[in-house]
Amino acid sequence: MQAKLKIRRFNPETDKKPWWGEYTLENVHRTDTVLDLLHRIKWEQDGTLSLRRSCAHGVCGSDAMRINGANALACKTLVSRLGSGKGDVINIQVEPILGLSVEKDLIVDMEPFFDHYRSVMPYFINDQPVPADGRERLQSPEDRHRFDDTTKCILCAACTSSCPSFWADDRYVGPAAIVQAHRFIFDSRDEGMNERLEVMADTFGVWRCRTIFNCTNACPREIKVTEAIADVKKAITSGKV
Amino acid sequence: MKTHVFDAVIVGAGGAGLMTALYASRGANVAVISKLYPTRSHTGTAQGGIGAALGNLEEDHWEWHAYDTVKGSDYLADQDAVDILCKEAIETVVELEHMGLPFDRLPNGRISQRRFGGHTNNETGKPVMRACHAADRTGHMILQTLYQQCIKNKVNFFDEFHVVDLIRVDDTIRGIIAYEIATGELHVFHSKAVHFATGGWGRCWEVTSNAHSLTGDGTAICLRNGVPLQDMEFFQFHPTGIYKLGILITEGVRGEGGILLNGQGERFMERYAPTIKDLASRDVVSRAIFMEIQAGRGINGQNYVHLDVRPETVNKYNELAGDPKRIDRAYIEEKLPDIADFTRTYLGIDPVEEPMPIQPTAHYAMGGIPTDVHGRVLIGAEKRVLPGLYAAGECACVSVHGANRLGTNSLVDLVVFGRRSGAHIAEYCREAELLPLPTGTGQHVQADFERLRTGTGGMKPFELRRRMQKTMTDNVGVFRTEESMSKAIEDLHHIRHDYETRVQIDDKGQRYNTDLLEAWELGCLLELAEVTAFSARARKESRGGHAREDFPERDDHEWLKHTLCARDEDGHYSLDYKPVVLGRYEPKKRVY
Ligand SMILES: Cc1cc2nc3c(=O)[nH]c(=O)nc-3n(C[C@H](O)[C@H](O)[C@H](O)COP(=O)(O)OP(=O)(O)OC[C@H]3O[C@@H](n4cnc5c(N)ncnc54)[C@H](O)[C@@H]3O)c2cc1C
Ligand code: SF4
Ligand code: FES
Repeated sequence: MQAKLKIRRFNPETDKKPWWGEYTLENVHRTDTVLDLLHRIKWEQDGTLSLRRSCAHGVCGSDAMRINGANALACKTLVSRLGSGKGDVINIQVEPILGLSVEKDLIVDMEPFFDHYRSVMPYFINDQPVPADGRERLQSPEDRHRFDDTTKCILCAACTSSCPSFWADDRYVGPAAIVQAHRFIFDSRDEGMNERLEVMADTFGVWRCRTIFNCTNACPREIKVTEAIADVKKAITSGKV
Repeated sequence: MKTHVFDAVIVGAGGAGLMTALYASRGANVAVISKLYPTRSHTGTAQGGIGAALGNLEEDHWEWHAYDTVKGSDYLADQDAVDILCKEAIETVVELEHMGLPFDRLPNGRISQRRFGGHTNNETGKPVMRACHAADRTGHMILQTLYQQCIKNKVNFFDEFHVVDLIRVDDTIRGIIAYEIATGELHVFHSKAVHFATGGWGRCWEVTSNAHSLTGDGTAICLRNGVPLQDMEFFQFHPTGIYKLGILITEGVRGEGGILLNGQGERFMERYAPTIKDLASRDVVSRAIFMEIQAGRGINGQNYVHLDVRPETVNKYNELAGDPKRIDRAYIEEKLPDIADFTRTYLGIDPVEEPMPIQPTAHYAMGGIPTDVHGRVLIGAEKRVLPGLYAAGECACVSVHGANRLGTNSLVDLVVFGRRSGAHIAEYCREAELLPLPTGTGQHVQADFERLRTGTGGMKPFELRRRMQKTMTDNVGVFRTEESMSKAIEDLHHIRHDYETRVQIDDKGQRYNTDLLEAWELGCLLELAEVTAFSARARKESRGGHAREDFPERDDHEWLKHTLCARDEDGHYSLDYKPVVLGRYEPKKRVY
């Protein structure tokens, strides 16, 4: 089939304001990903089109973008999932994710996102001596299971950049940082809970969440983001996990 | 050009780079430079597990792990390095757990382990549970954990800086040159030591499990700076890539009981590896698949076979084998969630209900930058240390994988030798002096980039890349012959000529010029492809991942030795060899 792509373009080096680039591709298959199509445009038609990508199978978190109005990874979005198209033509619109400033085309400034990430102390804290037998710390499968979901996060920013609370005020740490905090708060081996809950209870912490579920819908790793946020809210009010 | 000064610069932020950084930064002022945000590194895609003889479920010993590794390597691995790998695997995996890595657990709270190809109980020859795992995202958890620890320890990162050259003056190291992707500016990182951890180069082939970013930059940079590369003819084709896409389906699927079936519904691995069957070494399984396809026994006669992990299939074969283990949908969802997600997303296939179409996929570079067991880069057959230059991970060659790597051993390699290299760098920097930068540093890099940016020959990099990938796939793939490799060498020669004279890019700007950088990366791929074909044609035997139709047998008399391939200023390649370090395990015929 044929694909018609409208891509939001902007290069501050040369453009005064963003514009729509329009591209047509022939011989597009239903099993092609949007990343395949963007590559074809970049390689065959216009090398100036800029985007981030690496793994091409949804695990490195490089290529979150707005595809037909919803956040997704380009490499994990198949043409077939964007509707059947009218006749033999499919229309696809691609824009950078929102809430982070555009550096060039589909590339946004990730630094504010990673600043929020770093603010939740996203690392294991346990200053107790390690087991004397030189072996692993023990953890039951049930305890391990409690934070399994949030260990899947690939820091793609699809959630945070789909969140109206984050759009309204980018000082809000955002769902991705809360997911990271959750991963440690609910790990039975970790001892940094109190400090992390303090960050979470801050004005720009979890209470900014209005339970809109955009994050959960956007997450390419199918993490139950809103549920994780609710877990953290509960931990703050009850003081225990 | 901006100049930065550090004791040591670590190029790459995958598992190897981050582990090195953690250790080096304990004693030295270190910068980690990565063209990707660290968490985008390809270590994050590793699925199945990290091998260590913890013996949490059944008897196991590091010596068994060592024997399996040597046998898997087709006896080309250096046995002193293998001993270190397998012995230190145990303490390193435990160390990762202490850093917070969320391994899956057993009911008694210990780290869970599963079976993996080529890992055996040395007494019975049967598969042993040695692969420590966190579901099927073990690499993701390693990468995240190490990055988290680096943040905790305030390691300096330069993210999205693309390293393009090494500053070497005679036998001393002065630093590196990097291109800042956001601005197009060149930076000099002036340092006493440089460590490369830039990963593999699967993008030389058409169908690969490797990321678009895996273009062998560090390995090519070393080659250009007079470091002969070791054992480059050994590139692993993983048996189970998703048909046409190359996305990896972990060996863990077979570790959990999945089996391979040909077009006649036959479990063909019973013929090729009667004892260990579907869990034979990767080279053995890839060749078996290839031969089944050649014999017309692919699915519907096409060039793929099935990997079947449907509970009814697994349970049937377990019953036949007298194995009491039974699995169901919930088990697969829990142990292999990402695999299920990949096949559902990209194939529309639910692995619980249908078998998966698979074919071999270009996966792992056994060869690379030669190092000793401290990560120090070694020059030539005389193994001369180049003080201040280090490498670890997939870009390096210690050599613990020899002619064929066992599954789970790369992740071990990253952390064991990353740790050793980091410790050595810290020590080295305490004593070493910071030598001055040579005059004119970076000028030729600037000139190279100008040439790429302003070229007008009308040839798009992507066309050249496609030609390279095609000839490597057709001629330097799972099976090779004198004729096919000569063809590849000739093709590559023309492609390189076009690359040097006719390449033209569209983007002339400074900001995020990925058009330019992709063209530069293609230069690395082309050189590594040439080294691979050149090294491979010379080796007139079959061993591990290097399988020749015209020399089907292993020849220890002539070829029990490592290849070294150098490149001179005019782009000519030459070969030399050095002996394999043998030890406890005498080379013998490999039967699985
Ligand atoms: C799909 C898949 C599954 C796998 N599963 C397993 C498994 O289960 N067990 C196992 O043991 N092994 C597995 N492997 C192999 C293993 O994951 C890799 O060999 C290993 O992760 C490589 O790690 P690395 O640190 O050497 O490089 P990478 O993780 O690839 O990192 C390379 C780093 O170098 C940087 N870089 C590259 N070039 C430049 C440059 N020019 N300038 C600056 N930075 C640069 C990149 O940004 C990146 O940070 C798997 C591999 C794949 C592809
Ligand atoms: S929670 Fe999901 S959407 Fe958010 S950053 Fe992590 S992987 Fe991406
Ligand atoms: S390219 Fe890695 S997630 Fe899409």
